[in-house]
Parts: sequence; C-alpha cells; structure tokens
Amino acid sequence: MPRSRISEELREIAGAEAVLDGAEDLMLYEYDAGLSTGTPQWVVFPETTKQVSRIAQLASRMNVPLVPRGAGTGLSGGSIPRAGGIVLVFSRMTKILEIDAANRRAVVQPGVVNADLSAVVARHGLFFAPDPASQKASTIGGNVAENSGGPHTLAHGVTVNHITGLEVVLPDGGVVQMGGKAADSCGYDLTGLFVGTEGTVGIVTAITVKLTKVAEAVETLLAIFHTIDDAANAVASITAGGITPVALEMLDGKTLRCVEEATHAGYPMDSGAVLLIELEGLREAVTEQAEAVRAVCERHNAREMRRAANEQERQLLWKGRKTAFAALGRLAPAYYTQDGVVPRSHIAKVLRYIETVAQKCNLQIGNIFHAGDGNMHPCILFDMRDPDQVKRTHEAGRMILTYCVDCGGTITGEHGVGMEKNELMPLLFSEDDLEVMKWVHDAFNPKSVLNPQKLFPTPRSCRETNVAGGIGGSR
Amino acid sequence: MNPRGSNFTGPDRPTWDLYSKCIHCGLCLQQCPTYRVLGREADSPRGRIYQVLQVDAGRLRIGDSFVTHMDRCLGCRACETACPSGVQYGRILERARAEIESNYQRPWLERRLRDWFFTRVLHRRKGLERWAKWLRVYQRSGLQKVARASGMLKLLGLDKVEALAPQVDRAFFFPHLGMLYPAEGEVRGRVLFHVGCIASVAFTGLNEATVRVLNKNGFEVFIPRAQRCCGALQAHAGYREEAQRMARRNLRAFLEPNRDAIITNSAGCSAMMKEYGDLLQDNPKYGEHGRDVASKVKDVTEFLAEAGLRPPQRRLKARVTYQDPCHLAHAQKVRSAPRELLKALGAELVEMAHPDYCCGSAGTYNVTQNELSMKILEQKMDEVTQTRAEIIATANTGCMLQLRAGVKARGLNARVAHVIELLNEAYEDPPAAAEEQHSRHRRKRASHVPSS
Ligand SMILES: Cc1cc2nc3c(=O)[nH]c(=O)nc-3n(C[C@H](O)[C@H](O)[C@H](O)COP(=O)(O)OP(=O)(O)OC[C@H]3O[C@@H](n4cnc5c(N)ncnc54)[C@H](O)[C@@H]3O)c2cc1C
Ligand code: SF4
Ligand code: SF4
Repeated sequence: MPRSRISEELREIAGAEAVLDGAEDLMLYEYDAGLSTGTPQWVVFPETTKQVSRIAQLASRMNVPLVPRGAGTGLSGGSIPRAGGIVLVFSRMTKILEIDAANRRAVVQPGVVNADLSAVVARHGLFFAPDPASQKASTIGGNVAENSGGPHTLAHGVTVNHITGLEVVLPDGGVVQMGGKAADSCGYDLTGLFVGTEGTVGIVTAITVKLTKVAEAVETLLAIFHTIDDAANAVASITAGGITPVALEMLDGKTLRCVEEATHAGYPMDSGAVLLIELEGLREAVTEQAEAVRAVCERHNAREMRRAANEQERQLLWKGRKTAFAALGRLAPAYYTQDGVVPRSHIAKVLRYIETVAQKCNLQIGNIFHAGDGNMHPCILFDMRDPDQVKRTHEAGRMILTYCVDCGGTITGEHGVGMEKNELMPLLFSEDDLEVMKWVHDAFNPKSVLNPQKLFPTPRSCRETNVAGGIGGSR
Repeated sequence: MNPRGSNFTGPDRPTWDLYSKCIHCGLCLQQCPTYRVLGREADSPRGRIYQVLQVDAGRLRIGDSFVTHMDRCLGCRACETACPSGVQYGRILERARAEIESNYQRPWLERRLRDWFFTRVLHRRKGLERWAKWLRVYQRSGLQKVARASGMLKLLGLDKVEALAPQVDRAFFFPHLGMLYPAEGEVRGRVLFHVGCIASVAFTGLNEATVRVLNKNGFEVFIPRAQRCCGALQAHAGYREEAQRMARRNLRAFLEPNRDAIITNSAGCSAMMKEYGDLLQDNPKYGEHGRDVASKVKDVTEFLAEAGLRPPQRRLKARVTYQDPCHLAHAQKVRSAPRELLKALGAELVEMAHPDYCCGSAGTYNVTQNELSMKILEQKMDEVTQTRAEIIATANTGCMLQLRAGVKARGLNARVAHVIELLNEAYEDPPAAAEEQHSRHRRKRASHVPSS
C-alpha cells in the first residue's frame, strides 16, 4: 500500500488534525533526551483506546513499525522509530479517569504527566511515589514502559511496585485488561510482566496506580564532604547501620557547581561531594534517625551538615538534585548518561574507576546518582561535532558498564535498554536468558511491529545505525 | 533547501553557542503554554530550538512551517525558568524572528499592517498619538457600538480581537514629558521614569499613580522628554533593527547623571531595557553604554520593595491573587517584590495553582494568535476562579487587558488592577493638600530643561 493510503487511513481513524506526515513535522519526532535519532513516516496523536487499537491493526496489516512515545524524556532511545514507521504520541490522552482516595487508587490515561497526578491527589494527602528526576515532564505511560525509579526508590520501590492494573493494546489490535484495583490478582501477574517492557510488547492505554500516603514527618539533610571517597564510604555505613533513609543521593563536585549555578539551591561550590539524605515517618523516629545519620557522616569526615528548615528549603534542595543532569549541559553541548547498578559497598571503587576512565578517554564525567541503591549515573560530557570525542564517549560508556557488571551489578537501573544499550545485553544475560525473554516478546509481538530493534541485541547488519551516528550526526 | 550551508543569512543570527546549550532533555515541555495546549513537539521550547538548529544546518527552510511554529511562541520565557542547562531562549527567539522578517514573505496585507504598526505607530510619539486618537474616536463616538451591534465585526472576523484593544484614555500622559515631580518628605533618591507607549495613551491613570507612589515614598521623579518606546514589541516581532533604533534613542534620553534608577511600570519594558546590552552588543559605540543604562533599569515593584515602603494610611482589606507577568517572573526573576508590596498593604494573598503560567497576552500575541491566546486564557481563568479572589493584581499593562477580557468573558465579579494602582489608593493626601494635588501637574512644569 502506498504511503499516502496509510496517511489516509490514519486520518480516517484519528482525524485529519491528529496525523503528521510532512518532512518538516516529522523531524520533530526523531529525537528524545538520549543520543539516538531516527525519523518516522507518520506521527499520530490518538485520543481513545479504540483509535489506538485500530492504528495497531493497520500497522500489523501493513507491517509498518509502530512506536509509542510519551514526553520523549527517555535516555535510551526507547521512543525513537529506529526502523521508521508510525510514532504514537500520547499528548492527547492526558485525563485522570478516576481518583479513588478511599482505596488509594487512581486510573489515568498514559499521557498524564507524573508530577501532575501527585499535584491533583495532594488534597487527599496522597501522592504517586515513583519520582524520576524528569517527573515534571515525563508521562506515566513512559514511566510504566521504563519501570522508572527515582531518588525515593530506596524506600518506595520502582514504578512496578505502584501499578496494579493496565489496559493494553496488543500489536494485532486486541485490547486486554491486566490486573485491576486489587493489590494482588490471581493468575499470572501480567501487570508485573508488562511494566518495564519499553513499548516492545504492547501499548498502554490506561493505568491503575497505587497512591501513597504523605508521611507525618520528613527531614532532609545535606552532608558535605571534602572527598568523593568519604561520601561514598558514608553511604555504605549509613545503609549498613540499619538506618533506612527514603532517599540517599550523591552529587560530585563538578555536578554541584553546575547545579548551584542553575538553581541557587545553596549547594557548596567548593566541596568534593555531597549526600542528599531524606528520612520519613513518625516524628520521633525521624528525629532519632537524623541524629544517627549525622553521627555516621561525621565519622566519615563530613565537613558540614545542613538541614532543610522548611518545605521551601527542602524543595530547593530537591530541585537542585532533579535538574542536575540537565545542569551539566552548561559544561558541554551534549551528555551521555549511563545507569549501571553496583552493590553499595563498591561505590567508592567504581567512582575511582570512572575517574580513571575520564582521564584515559580525555573526557569530563560528572556523577549524580541514587547512592542508596548503588545506581550509578556517570554523565559523560562531549561535543557531538567532534567525531573522535563521540567515539571516545561511547568507549568510556562501555568501559564503565563492563566494570559495573564485573562488580556484580547490571547495565541499567532505570533508564532502560532501548537502542543505546541493547548490544550490551549479552554482558549480563546468557543466550538462554535472552531466548526466554524473546519468547515473551514473540508471544505478544511476533512480527516485531511494535518498537522493533530495541532491547534485544540486533543482528549485525542493523548495528551501524546505533548510537554513534545519532544526534552527533544530525545535530 | 540548502544541504550544506545555513538557511540563516544575517549577521545577528541564532548561533551554535546559543542553541547548543539545549541538551533536549524535555524538562521545559510542560512549562510551555503552547505545548500544554497543543501537545506538539514543534510548539514546545525543545522543538523550536531543534527547528532553529535544523534551519542553521540547512535541513529546514524558513518557510510556512517554521514561521508558524515560531509565530505561535508567546515569548513568555517560562522555558528559561524551567531549563537547568541555562538555555537563553529569548535571545534565540529574537534572532530567529529577525531572520524570518528578512527571509520570509508574509502575505501582503499582514506585511503592511506589521510594518505600519512596528515602524510607524510605535516609532514616534506623533504616530502613536494619531493612532490612539482614531481609536478613541471609534470607541467613544458610538461607532464602536454600531460596529458591535451590526455584527460587522463578526463578519470580518474581528470581533474577538476588537474586544482586546485597550480603552483609550480621554487625556494622554504626553503632557507629563519633560516634567519633574518632587519627592514628599525626606528625599530618599532621584529616579527617571520611562512611561511606556501604550501606557501613555491607555493607562494614563497608572502612570500618574506610579509617579505619585514614588513621590509619596520620597523619590523625586523626572520624565525625560526625548524618550521613546522601549522597543520590546518590535524586538519580539523580529524588527530587531527598529528595536535597536529605539534603544539608541533611549540611551541618549536616559543619559541623566546622578539618578539612582530608571523606573518602568510595565514588565515588558523593563525586561527589554535590562537587555539593551545584548540588543546593541555588536555596536561598539552603544554596547557598553547599553549595559550601563541596563544596570539602572528597575521595575517599579522591584524598586519599591528593595527601598522599603513608607507605611500607607489605608489597608487593603481584600482577597487578592497575583498573576506573575512573564517578563517580570521569567525574564527578570522578580517574583517576591510585588507580593511583598501586596502584603505590606495588608491584602490577603491567595495564590493560584500556577501564578507564573502565561495569561496569553504576550504583547501583540492576543491579536495575532487570537485563538490560541484565548485557549491559554481559559486555563488561566480556571485557576483564577478557584482562588475566589476579589482583586486580580498584576504588574504589566498587557496582562491587565488580557485578564480583564477573561474576567468579562466569565462574568466574574473581580477587579483587575496593577499593584501600583492598589498602592496609590492606600496613600492618602492630607486634606489641605488634596485640592492642591489636583492642580499639581500644572504647577510642576519644571524649570528643568529636558535634554533632547
Ligand atoms: C533530566 C532527566 C532525568 C531523568 N531522571 C530519571 C530518573 O531519575 N529515573 C528514571 O527512571 N528515569 C529518568 N529519566 C529518563 C526518563 O525520563 C524516564 O525513562 C521516563 O519514564 C520516560 O517517560 P516519557 O514519557 O518521556 O517516555 P518516552 O521517552 O517518550 O518513552 C520511553 C519509552 O516508553 C515507551 N512508551 C511511552 N508511552 C508508552 C505507552 N503508552 N505504552 C507503551 N509504551 C510506551 C516508549 O516506546 C519508549 O520505549 C530522566 C530523563 C531526563 C532527561
Ligand atoms: S529544558 Fe533546556 S535543555 Fe532541556 S529541552 Fe528545554 S531548553 Fe533544552
Ligand atoms: S517562550 Fe513561552 S511559548 Fe515560547 S517556547 Fe518558551 S515557554 Fe513556550
């Protein structure tokens, strides 16, 4: 079927205004927040599950790739139409369908922005716990697909722990309901299976989320250290000592200085590293734990301890943390973030290794990460106009991830595999492991119509389109 | 299409240094009013910057598509507030728009209208005065009533736009040019006042209030005669050279020694004047001087909050919500000053959910992009209504017009006022002085010879 016929059918399904197929419009959907690029042939903005289902049927019938996209804040190219095709954007499916405060549930469409949901349910004393640093922009559909985490993952878990039900459109257009409002449904836990599949198994059109009660008391501390080593060792001691912070984040000196310029949050400009530590719970317990944290940090040579005196100061400290990646954009026109996970006791060692990689590859690397989870986020800065730097950047990324795996960790904690880390999957999984995953994929998405060439290592022939060409080439 | 070179042609174009600061993280998307309404990447800050980049890379033409998306931008600069990477979006936008004006043919009528408004009406006081008088005749002679009742405006598609035009004053502010108004009580400082162009014909009362409040607070005010429109509307529309002309004139007019500050009461004006250094950066003769003048510019709310108010006699017993003008909050980062002034008046301040979301006014935007502007206003009015405020305070004339249209459309029983108007009402004159106050402007025709 010629292109124009597909355009016509898409317009018939979603409405003329809701379909883009001109080159000048399509180029706006060839990027996300990562490094890869790929241009679609169509972009559609569906409004209903029915429309999504009909679009899926069309794509399957025509064998055209179909790629879901939320806000495009993904860092691994998940929403990039690597093999062309149709991009489905959820910016018109942004309704909160139901708030059931008594049972602490809400049902939302996939395009609802993470922070918006928390803002709306705040009047019930509730919030949506997954808090990726991108929460002011990223969609709950995207969070589900990536199984996103955030600073508070340490206490609250990742997205999957907060989803009880999904409505999913399969590549053939079938609509299935997985789970529901109950915390635990009988039969296979398809909801759990689905979360984190990065848009390669089905398209989410409605999500039942768990809402969490806002804690009685919260205490936010900033521990300032002269050296990265001291800060890293303090992390290991805090968690080993039976203290359970809800968030435990680390920012190194380089990052701090950028963040301070961007937010004026009051971070010290001259320190080696800081830890941002948050405690939550009943008032007395929190005060007690805060004292314990202070003692541990001081034992590890903390230069100074600060405490957010009110909600405003607390928000400012968090703003600094949540804008940290992007603040590094002040140092270079592009960055490449990794998110390997390592056991907490190895953090200091891994940070030292990252520093040697930076020197070896002659690149700047900033570190802002979920220290409590051992989820490293080395942020490699580079200029995409210099092909040699781009090459070194990828080399550095690969070295760091390999090291994380060697330390008993994994290649991604939360940013997903997408098309930026799929070739690294064999580092972590045996052929058999991958084969089983592939079964699941094929059971739902046998023709690879949905989001092709993602997550799994590609056959050699497809590989040259991977990262290195990406935004470096066209930007 | 030009596969090799840039499609930008001018010397003052958006450069790699400016746009490569954007690392396409997307954190600005939800802060952008046009993205919130349209949900399209092309109408988001990240998308607009990407399009600029593609034009510079020769991959995108300065054609209908590019122009449509750049035209839809409000220039509110909420994206700058949101951007952790420090992208100076306003500078990119102004330069991109200047490129559009020199490389893109707008339809004949639109071109004529734009040229007329930006280089004639705003260029000189005479032009503005003439235009305002015509508008006044239309509004006051009964012609407006006839036009509205006859349905003629609807027929021409002008009905919505017409409702947004400022109500022209009976008396303009122009006679105050060249005048000196002495401080009351102990003198705390001497300032210059930039009166604003639209404000001079449609907000005379506000300008008078500004002078009076400054005087009441111990500041002597001089209003240089040779001053011109600040150039903001021109710069935002892509008439960068015209804006530079205005800036140069103003630099000369405001070259008054021994003055503590240059005051404006419109956020759009103070934002522009604070950026004269950037506007004239390529002009060695004016660049430095531009930065000097820029450093003295203060929004009146910022200035008064810093100086500290003399306690007013009356208290404002009302529920007030404050709308942040974009060019105050995002462009100048002034947020707390107007709120402090309202609190000093004793007002009960109730915040909207997003006081710093744009109201959709944005200079001439509510006229040129009426439909989108009205959608943005709808969202704003939803939030305003929820506060149940009796007074909607703001600090920019454009926002006042837009919010008034919103209040009217909703049939709300709320007053829209400038923070300075509320302050003015709180300062009483001693009974004997009240009569004198009336004729005050006459008598104060100063011996001071304006420099022009
Ligand atoms: C500055 C910054 C900070 C970040 N911090 C964090 C962090 O702390 N933790 C974290 O986990 N991530 C973080 N991220 C990564 C990213 O924001 C998350 O992965 C987020 O969940 C992506 O949401 P999105 O709406 O932007 O999805 P997109 O980027 O648009 O898409 C992501 C994936 O989801 C799929 N998808 C989207 N919608 C659907 C749907 N309805 N059905 C099926 N599949 C769908 C897409 O196909 C794609 O594979 C950060 C990103 C940035 C730029
Ligand atoms: S927040 Fe800044 S860096 Fe991020 S996409 Fe927007 S403009 Fe670009
Ligand atoms: S200036 Fe305002 S309208 Fe324009 S891109 Fe930025 S946020 Fe959007």
